[in-house]
Amino acid sequence: MNWAIVIIVSFLYLVLLFILAFWAEKKAESRSLINSPYVYALSLAVYCTAWTFYGSVGRAATSGVDFLLIYVGPTIAAPLWWFILRKIIRIAKVQNISNIADLIATRYGKSISLGVLVTLFSVLGVVPYIALQLKAISESFAIILDEHTTQPIQSASLMAYAFYIVIVLGIFTVLFGTRQLDLNRKNEGIVFAIAFESIFKLIAFLVAGIFVTFFMFDGFSDIFRRANEQEILSHLLKIDTSHLHKPLEWFLVSASSMFAVMFLPRQFQMLVAENKDEKHLQKAIWLFPLYLWLINIFVIPIALAGKLSLNTSIDADAYILALPLAQKNFVIALLVYLGGLAAATSMVIVSTMALSLMLTNNLFIPIALRAKLTNYLKDDSWAKWVLYIRRLSIILVLALAYLYLSFITNVSLVSIGLVSFVAVSQFAPSIIGGLYWKEATGRGATLGILLGFIVWGFTLVLPVLVSNGIFSKQILTHGFLGISWLKPHQLFGLDGIEPIAHALFWSLSFNILAYIGFSIFSVQSSQERNQAEFFVDVLKHGDAYENRLVWRGTAHQKDLENLLIRFLDMPRVEKLMEGFEKRSIKNTLNPQEKKAALVRFAERILANAIGSTSARMLVASVVQEEELSKDEVLKIIQESQELKKLNLELKKADNQKNEFISTVTHELRTPLTSIRSLSEILSDNPDLEEEEKQHFLHTVISETERMERLINQVLDLEKFESGKQKLILNKQELNTIILEALEIYRIVIQEKGFYLEVKLFQQEIWVKADRDRLLQVILNFLSNALKFAEKNIWVESFVESGQAHFCVCDDGKGVPPNLEEAIFEKFFQAENQNIRKPKGSGLGLAISKKIIQYHQGLIGVKRSNHTTKFFFTLPTNL
Amino acid sequence: MKVLIVDDEPNILLSLDFLMKKEGYEVFVARNGTEALESITENAPQLVLLDIMMPDVDGYEICSQIKQNPEKKDTKVIFMSAKSREVDIQKGYNLGADHYITKPFSNKQLIAKVKELLQ
Repeated sequence: MNWAIVIIVSFLYLVLLFILAFWAEKKAESRSLINSPYVYALSLAVYCTAWTFYGSVGRAATSGVDFLLIYVGPTIAAPLWWFILRKIIRIAKVQNISNIADLIATRYGKSISLGVLVTLFSVLGVVPYIALQLKAISESFAIILDEHTTQPIQSASLMAYAFYIVIVLGIFTVLFGTRQLDLNRKNEGIVFAIAFESIFKLIAFLVAGIFVTFFMFDGFSDIFRRANEQEILSHLLKIDTSHLHKPLEWFLVSASSMFAVMFLPRQFQMLVAENKDEKHLQKAIWLFPLYLWLINIFVIPIALAGKLSLNTSIDADAYILALPLAQKNFVIALLVYLGGLAAATSMVIVSTMALSLMLTNNLFIPIALRAKLTNYLKDDSWAKWVLYIRRLSIILVLALAYLYLSFITNVSLVSIGLVSFVAVSQFAPSIIGGLYWKEATGRGATLGILLGFIVWGFTLVLPVLVSNGIFSKQILTHGFLGISWLKPHQLFGLDGIEPIAHALFWSLSFNILAYIGFSIFSVQSSQERNQAEFFVDVLKHGDAYENRLVWRGTAHQKDLENLLIRFLDMPRVEKLMEGFEKRSIKNTLNPQEKKAALVRFAERILANAIGSTSARMLVASVVQEEELSKDEVLKIIQESQELKKLNLELKKADNQKNEFISTVTHELRTPLTSIRSLSEILSDNPDLEEEEKQHFLHTVISETERMERLINQVLDLEKFESGKQKLILNKQELNTIILEALEIYRIVIQEKGFYLEVKLFQQEIWVKADRDRLLQVILNFLSNALKFAEKNIWVESFVESGQAHFCVCDDGKGVPPNLEEAIFEKFFQAENQNIRKPKGSGLGLAISKKIIQYHQGLIGVKRSNHTTKFFFTLPTNL
Repeated sequence: MKVLIVDDEPNILLSLDFLMKKEGYEVFVARNGTEALESITENAPQLVLLDIMMPDVDGYEICSQIKQNPEKKDTKVIFMSAKSREVDIQKGYNLGADHYITKPFSNKQLIAKVKELLQ
């Protein structure tokens, strides 16, 4: 194909990426485009690199369904994300963790050396993988230019093409990955561009698959049938049962992909650092596996088609590109080429960004601080320097990858990827252990990771160096230093297992053993213990972390402010400090707590710029921290939790009080309205008729009485509630009091024409009671019944299992079931309700409830058979 | 001119009934929301003095029914309520009320507003 077309199309694709990223950044000022579970899930598909795009077909064509293993692992692991990743995301948000080195270092007492270790190993493990992507891009470029693909690709032209790609991707990553100092802000442009690339590569792969399956062949069955005829299929799909290690190999490779999908720097960047909302995980848990299966549907058909119709000299990794080229279908070939470009560039961009942040925050800045290089900086140039270092780190990572590219010649795509998988798997014990095992220590983690990496290097890197002629082949055949059980591919005599699974088995075994062993036999520092508590219990009380001021020592606000000024401008620092002051007054912090809160606050702000490990180092340079014992830590946590609970209760009581006052005022306004209006009429109309005048005056008086009654009731209730109310308890006969109450209402009942039925217990009912108060409750029940009854009222008393019962029933409309408890609350209607309560039941029932409660009795209302029953019970044992 | 007074407090009806009659309006009264809605259909008043908190249908509901009915939307509505929070008042106006007066009110001011709206 014409090289100019390919170059122009590639260039246009990359320009499109820039435009999309730029647009997303611009748009983010008003609305974030990446705040969606779908974009999140797509951004995770950065997992599918050129290795998926080209390598899967290659692997399928040589060893059958093995290629699926690295998708099986993530699919199985996805539901576990809800437990593991939700915890990590929560921790990362609270402690400003932005990369895997920060995560491990922070868990194990914010250890700087552990951060350095993880950073170095991540770079070692991932740079070859980036180089692999560069190789894939340039190879695909060479193939699409030279349609015959039979000539070996000139490594010089490979390197030249890779060079331009590195430059463009470097510019992209610097431009969109180092836009801001604040790590807390998401890289909207990059995430959006990556999500786009994920869609693009999926479509490209599916189009290629459909083209091969349905246009070159007659559908799936046609390909399989023809492959079967030539015995390709049976050869590929045959599972070698004589091979006993096979299930173990499968298990190990799936396991490593399970860890890789979470802990590869680029995956962690997308899953955790760029996560906008932990709820997005819920959808990603099924969307991401779905994506993986979609992109794999056509792998086997393409592999078979390649074997059936292409020249055997063509590398199987290139089948997907070579097939449309062989058919002279240049549009599809170009689309496939761009899909591969998308897969590779997304991986390179995100990995480079993630590694550069690790290098900056966990290696370069700590070294600069330790070596006191920062003394040469002007105070206001720090922020600028941090950004310079990040940019330099990006260039460094890409340069290393480019350098590495010149070493790798004929390595298949899959194996280098898997070497990376085994490398990042070394972080899994320390991370997962750190989330669930409080006793795990930094020493255990350090030695575990270190040993794991030594074994990884010995079993996987050494053989590569041997094949490049750097070391003698003797090591492979006779063992290291001639010791027979130190052969890189048959360590300790474990033979017959393929190198990747073999390496994972031994590296993780050493790693886990050292991690557990050294954790048990080493002691945690107080800082480590704090972090262990926080990590393990983050879902339980992670949000209380801000209030857990577990810190003691000397710190001066001025020193901390001076630190902040190096990264933020003066007005911003002043504003932040003002906000801090306000909050500490609001939360009533004592001086020691305030100091602790200030240190944490400063650390958090700094962590936004330089990561939590470096931030801690910087803060530690101006404050003196004292060691706290485990008991002291627990005591502080407990105290702060109790205080929080107490505050909540107070706030609730305060709210109730406010509501009560506002309702009382409201209730007083109603009679006041009539009084004012009627008095004005009386005053403005001296010529009113006597009868009307009397009527108005009478109403004014009765409304005044109503107000007085209300005020008395409020005072009464207040006395009960504050416990000042004194009751005079005597031996009283309940029926006598009931009869007395009925006597008071006898005339009213007659006048209103109600039918009254009274059924009293035949024997005397003796209770210990305040006579007047009990009468008050009975009268209250009766007056309510009189207000709401249609025609009938029933009054009843009886004794049942040691309890005296009294009830008043009426045939009125009754109380809605959802308000049955509320009507015993003082003024049960809340401010926001517009439906008025039945009149007169305002405080009477609330007071009745208090009175009955003082008598150790129960009070309530029941509705049945169209009657409403108000009742109370009293104990009869005197 | 027909005026409907809606309130579940008989004594407020007593004074408003007197005041409106004295101004020469034809007066109808309703003691709850249901009665009010019936009276609006039946008597077609030009103005409704409307309480908010009532035992069955609340005043907001009645107001929005009036203002959403194409035939009734020219009926003037004055809320009179003890609810005096800004949100409650704003809600009243949002539903299309012509005025909102808080209890207790001055007779003179109320009459002036009624006259103004009925001109």
